[in-house]
Amino acid sequence: MLSCHIKGVRNGYPFIIEVGKLAEHEADFDADFLKHIFPRINWPAFLQGAQAMNCREGLPEEATEALLEDEGFQKTFHHALLEVELEEGALVCPETGRKFPVAKGIPNMLLNEDEC
Amino acid sequence: MSATELRVAEIKHTHWNSEVYEPSDDTFLLVDALQEHAPTWAKRRPRCVLELGSGSGYVITSAALLLRQLRPRLAAQVLAVDHSPAAAEATRRTLQAHQVSEVDVVVASLFGPLAERLKGSVDVLLFNPPYVPTPDDEVERGGIASAWAGGHRGRRVIDRVLPLLPELLSPKGELFMVTVTENDPKGIIAEMQPHGFQGRIAASRQADEETLSIVHLWRG
Repeated sequence: MLSCHIKGVRNGYPFIIEVGKLAEHEADFDADFLKHIFPRINWPAFLQGAQAMNCREGLPEEATEALLEDEGFQKTFHHALLEVELEEGALVCPETGRKFPVAKGIPNMLLNEDEC
Repeated sequence: MSATELRVAEIKHTHWNSEVYEPSDDTFLLVDALQEHAPTWAKRRPRCVLELGSGSGYVITSAALLLRQLRPRLAAQVLAVDHSPAAAEATRRTLQAHQVSEVDVVVASLFGPLAERLKGSVDVLLFNPPYVPTPDDEVERGGIASAWAGGHRGRRVIDRVLPLLPELLSPKGELFMVTVTENDPKGIIAEMQPHGFQGRIAASRQADEETLSIVHLWRG
């Protein structure tokens, strides 16, 4: 959901995810929530993130709203979207290579003065 | 279930330190307003809830707990943003102490990197701004002062956020924001009307040295 906001950066999305450590936790399953969030997701970017976070398996190359009726897809999508978290690592801007560190699951997106 | 029976965060499970704003009258008034309002979420079904300046995490934890108590159940994307790493860490610990794992915490200045992707999707925005009238130069001084120093009329930070609302909030989006009399809460509501918002004062309370009001804006 984040994009690089350094002034002048045009292709700051999606971030490249550098994994130090992943965390998994169970999240309540809600098919309506998946339907709600799906249109807001850039699928190729999501796949790239899932690949980096080791939860891409079972996710199709392309996804359409029709797939959301499929229970198997729902489960895989739910898991990748909500249950796998980047605990330690970094988000790297695809254009500038600027790294934003992630510690204890919290990305630090603050910019230096010369980046604003 | 009546609003007052709905569970919110507990102060004994809330974390803060000398670098993080301690939950105070303003914090509690905001949560009281949310607790009273939460039953309407059963119909409105907010799917994206964001708190700007989450500090100790007392408010966003309460919001997440209120959402959990809706019936039928509702899953939502819940985000907490603070520009202070110490505050973000306090938020994380407070969430964890309440076993709330569905909230994502981000360190950023205002909406920072979220603005672009969240455009038009925030259903509930919670904001306890630095509202205390101070000399303008205190606003940017950093540290704990940035939790309360609001500059001229206490409006410096508030006035940076209000213009972002029309783009950020979803068609059913609403804002709950803490103000004091010096911020001119009724004037804020009037100013937002031409931008398609209706408003009311959702709660008011006389605290030690200030009169607090919760401004509730929604698209009408």
